[in-house]
Amino acid sequence: MGDWLVPALLTIITASTPLVFAAVGEVVVEKSGVLNLGVEGMMIVGAISAFAVGVTTGSTTLAICSGAMGGATVAFIFGFLTLNLLANQVAAGLALTIFGLGFSALLGHGFVGKTFPGLPKLEIPWISEIPFFGPLLFGHDILVYGSVIIVILTTYVLNKTRFGLLIRAVGENHNAAHSIGYSVKKIRMACILFGGAMAGLGGAYLSLAYTPLWVEGMTSGRGWIALALVVFASWRAWRAFLGAYLFGGITIIQLHAQGFGVEIAPELLSMLPYLATIVVLVLLSRDSTRAKLSAPACLGKNFHASG
Amino acid sequence: MIAKKIVLVALTAAILAVGGAAGQAADKKTKVGFVYVGPIGDHGWSYQHNVGRLAVNNAFGDKIKTTYVESVPEGADAARVITKLARSGHKLIFTTSFGYMNPTLKVAKRFPNVKFEHATGFKPAKNIANYSARFYEGRHVVGLIAGKMTKSNTIGYVASFPIPEVIRGINATFLAARSVNPKIKIKIIWVYTWFDPGKEADAAKALIAQGADIIMQHTDSPAPLQQAQKSKVWAVGQASDMSAFGPKAQLTAIIDDWNAYYIQRTKALLDGTWKSQTVWGGFKSGMVKMAPYNKAIPANVVAMAEKAKEGIFNGTIHPFAGPIKDQKGKIRVAAGKNADDGMLLGMNFYVEGIDSKIPK
Repeated sequence: MGDWLVPALLTIITASTPLVFAAVGEVVVEKSGVLNLGVEGMMIVGAISAFAVGVTTGSTTLAICSGAMGGATVAFIFGFLTLNLLANQVAAGLALTIFGLGFSALLGHGFVGKTFPGLPKLEIPWISEIPFFGPLLFGHDILVYGSVIIVILTTYVLNKTRFGLLIRAVGENHNAAHSIGYSVKKIRMACILFGGAMAGLGGAYLSLAYTPLWVEGMTSGRGWIALALVVFASWRAWRAFLGAYLFGGITIIQLHAQGFGVEIAPELLSMLPYLATIVVLVLLSRDSTRAKLSAPACLGKNFHASG
Repeated sequence: MIAKKIVLVALTAAILAVGGAAGQAADKKTKVGFVYVGPIGDHGWSYQHNVGRLAVNNAFGDKIKTTYVESVPEGADAARVITKLARSGHKLIFTTSFGYMNPTLKVAKRFPNVKFEHATGFKPAKNIANYSARFYEGRHVVGLIAGKMTKSNTIGYVASFPIPEVIRGINATFLAARSVNPKIKIKIIWVYTWFDPGKEADAAKALIAQGADIIMQHTDSPAPLQQAQKSKVWAVGQASDMSAFGPKAQLTAIIDDWNAYYIQRTKALLDGTWKSQTVWGGFKSGMVKMAPYNKAIPANVVAMAEKAKEGIFNGTIHPFAGPIKDQKGKIRVAAGKNADDGMLLGMNFYVEGIDSKIPK
């Protein structure tokens, strides 16, 4: 049984990590009151930026950094459009996804068919060799550990620090935050850039570690799943982490179950995160439950100082 | 697959189609349109269709103008894209995925003067021709190789959707592999997508963890092959030569070659001789080819594969030669007979010996 169990669990970690990055980034963005639907676009630009730099320079550090930068750059466009030009957030986010998919295809033109050796594993001599727990807890690449650290940091910053309080304040009532002298625009831009960098890292994980190659559209809807997870997690970073692992887990377990000849309906399972999201959205439509689920009150609303 | 994504991709597709149409309003070239299910950079199915489109460009030069729309989801959105192409003056439209069958039918009714070519389907009409390749001939050859090369006697198969096309491929592979290796087993995982590199790789990982040492796929990205390379097992490339992604792993690849067909049909349109037809070409027509064999395959196995290919070419070997029983033991193809095309096109059963069930 252990023969397939450890590889299965390891696959769950790989399948969940890109979702963790993208979802946690979007939690912060939405906490600040901004709805950025462009996660898919930022992810795929992150994926090609990381892959292109990785293949060209051979440096994994540079590759990972460019993944984050790529995502953040696309996010900056979104920030500029919605914060400075007060463009509709939903429309701008959708446009960002379309742009990202096309732009990444353009950037990736010369990289189709190239391969990347993958990210180095951080092995700890003989601790990694402990049966079962060794390979499960150690011997991952830096981005897997990074995703866990990001979740812990984000939870801490959002709930325990002054800056986290500011982010939440801007998301709950931007007029109040503005009237006591905080720059709604700057705080939101910082969150948008962070969200973009995280989506970019999620994309980088796809093209550097998960399937170290570049093919157009390789994110295949993971950005949308991340968005669904944010609502599912009711805007809490650690719940988004759990949600990502739950989703990754279900996906992988059903693949393995099929291999063993267990009869299940894969279509049903792949529908689950969306179903959960719809349930949460229905609950949100009532004001009392909305408050309980802690949806940011200003989510999706543009802010203008004179208003 | 995903409501939001579908809306979005449709939007992209619509924008592309409008953009494509606007740029060519003035010229009088005959316009030929192509609709792809994946991105042209998938290095698999859609990539090969686009190679065919480029061959058409090369062959006719200034006389024609080709347009393509990529990543078009199957279903209602496809109908919108095809309509757009028909409305913007395309005289011949290739719709290159199974799921475009009903949308193509619907649009073709509304545009009786436009000719349509639908790949891998089975619903022709006065202005719709059907074309497909007998990939199962290639699957027979790789099945033989797999049967000889496996050490664990387990083939892992990453499958997309349970449609006859895919089921036929699984059966052809298994029958051939078993004919040279009675102990062979086949494990099948359905991923319910044609293109999702991550999920395809996950399925390959699951198959490898469960003992498969040969990975085959009926999905479009090179990710399963790359995973095979990483896990040091064998794999078979799909639709195009994928050896760049796993030079050690790729035993060979089944290549789709649409060039000659696309050129021939465009010529028929220009000559005014285009007629609806159903074409199903294999090795003989050149629609199906094999990529170079991996150097690690022993010479006698290569010779066996080549002999099988030649036999199929000459018509002396049929991958579905009777007797063939289904899983319940019922005889589907009698001894001494070959499966006819009708049965092959509608194949919805696994052959005896496959230890798995087709999802409903």
